[in-house]
Amino acid sequence: MEHNNMNLTLKVWRQKNADTKGAFVTYKAEGISPDMSFLEMLDVVNESLILKGDEPIHFDHDCREGICGMCSLYINGHPHGPKNAITTCQLHMRTFHDGEIIVIEPWRAAAFPVVKDLAVDRSAFDRIQQAGGFVSVNTGVTIDANAIPIPKVIADEAFNSATCIGCGACVAACKNASAMLFVSAKVTQLGLLPQGQTERYSRVQAMVAQMDEEGFGNCTNTGACEAECPKEIKMTNISRMNNDYFSAKLFREEATHEHASGE
Amino acid sequence: MGLDAKIPEGPLAEKWSKHKFNLKLVNPANKRKYDVIVVGTGLAGGAAAASLAELGYNVKAFCFQDSPRRAHSIAAQGGINAAKNYQNDGDSVYRLFYDTIKGGDYRAREGNVYRLAEVSVNIIDQCVAQGVPFAREYGGLLDNRSFGGSQVSRTFYARGQTGQQLLLGAYSALNRQIHLGKVKMYTRTEMLDVVTIDGHAKGIVTRNLITGAVETHSGHAVLLATGGYGNVFYLSTNAIGSNVTAAWRAHKRGAFFANPCYTQIHPTCIPVSGDHQSKLTLMSESLRNDGRVWAPKTVEVAEKLRKKELTADQVKEDDRDYFLERKYPSFGNLVPRDVASRNAKEMVDDGRGVGGSGFAVFLDFADAIHRLGKDAVAAKYGNLFDMYYQITDEDPYKQPMRIYPAVHYTMGGLWVDYNLSTNVPGLYALGECNFSDHGANRLGASALMQGLADGYFVIPYTLGDYLATIGPKPVDTKHPAFEQTKQDVIARINKLLALKGTKTVNEYHRDLGHIMWEYCGMARTEEGLTKAKGLIQALRADFWKNAKVVGENEEVNPALEKAGRVADFLELGELMVDDALARRESCGGHFRLESQTPEGEALRDDEHFAYVAAWEYKGDNQPEVMNKETLDFEFVHLTQRSYK
Repeated sequence: MEHNNMNLTLKVWRQKNADTKGAFVTYKAEGISPDMSFLEMLDVVNESLILKGDEPIHFDHDCREGICGMCSLYINGHPHGPKNAITTCQLHMRTFHDGEIIVIEPWRAAAFPVVKDLAVDRSAFDRIQQAGGFVSVNTGVTIDANAIPIPKVIADEAFNSATCIGCGACVAACKNASAMLFVSAKVTQLGLLPQGQTERYSRVQAMVAQMDEEGFGNCTNTGACEAECPKEIKMTNISRMNNDYFSAKLFREEATHEHASGE
Repeated sequence: MGLDAKIPEGPLAEKWSKHKFNLKLVNPANKRKYDVIVVGTGLAGGAAAASLAELGYNVKAFCFQDSPRRAHSIAAQGGINAAKNYQNDGDSVYRLFYDTIKGGDYRAREGNVYRLAEVSVNIIDQCVAQGVPFAREYGGLLDNRSFGGSQVSRTFYARGQTGQQLLLGAYSALNRQIHLGKVKMYTRTEMLDVVTIDGHAKGIVTRNLITGAVETHSGHAVLLATGGYGNVFYLSTNAIGSNVTAAWRAHKRGAFFANPCYTQIHPTCIPVSGDHQSKLTLMSESLRNDGRVWAPKTVEVAEKLRKKELTADQVKEDDRDYFLERKYPSFGNLVPRDVASRNAKEMVDDGRGVGGSGFAVFLDFADAIHRLGKDAVAAKYGNLFDMYYQITDEDPYKQPMRIYPAVHYTMGGLWVDYNLSTNVPGLYALGECNFSDHGANRLGASALMQGLADGYFVIPYTLGDYLATIGPKPVDTKHPAFEQTKQDVIARINKLLALKGTKTVNEYHRDLGHIMWEYCGMARTEEGLTKAKGLIQALRADFWKNAKVVGENEEVNPALEKAGRVADFLELGELMVDDALARRESCGGHFRLESQTPEGEALRDDEHFAYVAAWEYKGDNQPEVMNKETLDFEFVHLTQRSYK
């Protein structure tokens, strides 16, 4: 049902690579169906660019169902666009109106350098997870899964933190480009569960240290991250992380050395 | 050529234990002398890379996404099967084995499937130990739900995001090994060829998706865990980037491709809304636990619904046909996927489809909401309901969902033996990219099980046997085979970049998808398939003349990436059609209209087709040759599948 087609003006950030300066370029998006997703609208624009021999607008995307965390885009001043609790790939054009001007930018943060156009390098997130976002257990454990009963409320709370998709919207939304919501979600998930207790205090220190090294800013409790998170990760995660971090620094020095040295 | 699946002798329950004992070991001090390449970081690849590194091997892992956590395993919704029998409802390893063999319409190997069922219980233990937050009951123990094709509750889940949680578990294990220096991770790197030396796989050629650099990597073995090829249909539930290129390149280097026509069309997806559509979204099979599938009893009522003169909730009970419950009273809405899909198609063909296009049936939660309350339904399926609402702008708490089948999973893939080795020594295939465990139809919640089984619990044992045999002599990328293969890759890239025609690659992809869906989709005929073969050949020839690829190699160039993948799909599509033509029986997801029971169910021909078709590449535009692996059933009696 292709009806009520819309015509839109896009102001899109184009940047050849990390070493060159970028600029906004204006495009027309015409005959857009309200049932299209935002990325499908960009597909249409890109097809017309390719036919003209121009380079398509580059953006990261993959699953297109809101779970892989690959898509990004800062749309009209909001990470993942104007609606709450969804990613850009779940944003549909019916959210916009005919004739609207839409400004599309990449995530902007020193720790997320632009790769090309609207795609950024989020490998800093991987390095933070590598520093400590795991339980040190090898394949092949034999204790039965039900030997570790976990109260449902705890399991549900851990799950809520575990739903983070690592998209980076929290960083993009934050005026300090802080990654605290992202880091605290993993710290909280594993810190709540019995399986994560052994390394709870070394983990938080290792992850925070890596976060600082990557050049993310500090948290000043504005709450933009929580407001823009497509998975509605709560700021209480940050409180829990701070609690564990201070606790580790003040009282648990002995438990904090050589996180996951592997030996 | 005879194919030896290397299934161990002996009673079913002892095969794997005995085999593990008979496999050679690499001693702990020698493991660090071996390099293993793992391509793909989904459940199978991520689990394998982490587990092999834990054992002491040096692992190089590759993914085309910006992070290993993005692999499409992440999108699996419903759950993972395991024969834990926590519910005391009669489950066992044997029952999971039996359900899977039967669900696959007796076209999988007994030995493989039994092993899968056997290690399923270890997977749950492993994932819980990693901190995967599975759903729990108030007593703190793990919760289960039911899935199609089984009469027990053996599916473990994490709300509607089970794949995400399991993948993040494997990702965390992988991260730990990256941190320890045992895994070197290459992101935004696409594998474009396999390097073989004296018939053994010794490395790969990759393209760096940021700089365009074409590079070679050596290893003592190459593991492909690169997923399925459902995107050959253009529209599928796969991620946009999912592709067949790694597996297809391996095929062209000698690895057999098995049962390519076995495609799973998932019954409960959100229907297509228009030509702009880039992908389809699945609504988890778990919804069929509480949702009831129906279509209007008459064409007249359907017509009114299509014209919006009537809303679904206004249709009287007497005017509704709960066709799955009516036809399959024992399994009801939880029949296997192939059966549910075919029945939905029948309704539509009968003129009883709903929605604007008429290509949909209803999945209705009114009864469940009445019985359990809206909150309870939301707790179980909330994120799926939200997803549906986002896409369709209709509230599924108020109106039933409209659903229609869509391509979801491919049971076919690279041929592997019991050790997960392809017929090219040193080249292994894990997870969806192999063909081994699901026969002609995969049961719900079994893909996650197989991916993790292969990665955590099979390959760590079977790979050692091969490595111990070949010895730890280093593999040098200076060997001329590496340079030669690299030059082949560069030549192909240049050939693609030289395409300056008038039609975008995406248009070719969409055209191919239409052909595949029309003639090699839910119902197939000799006539249609023959026609499709000609259409695909013509489309492929046209692609190499009139496609338009912009940009250059030495930059981020998604147009070039897509062109390479679509070029491979254009070859694979023809092989799928060949395979579907050759298999003149119906089985599971492969439904030949010429072969059906009087009730319209898939009619197998065990006498002539109880084999695996393993296709051998013979050169560009040459017909491929089929090698047969006969399927022997020692323990299970083959019967006409019935879910009545």
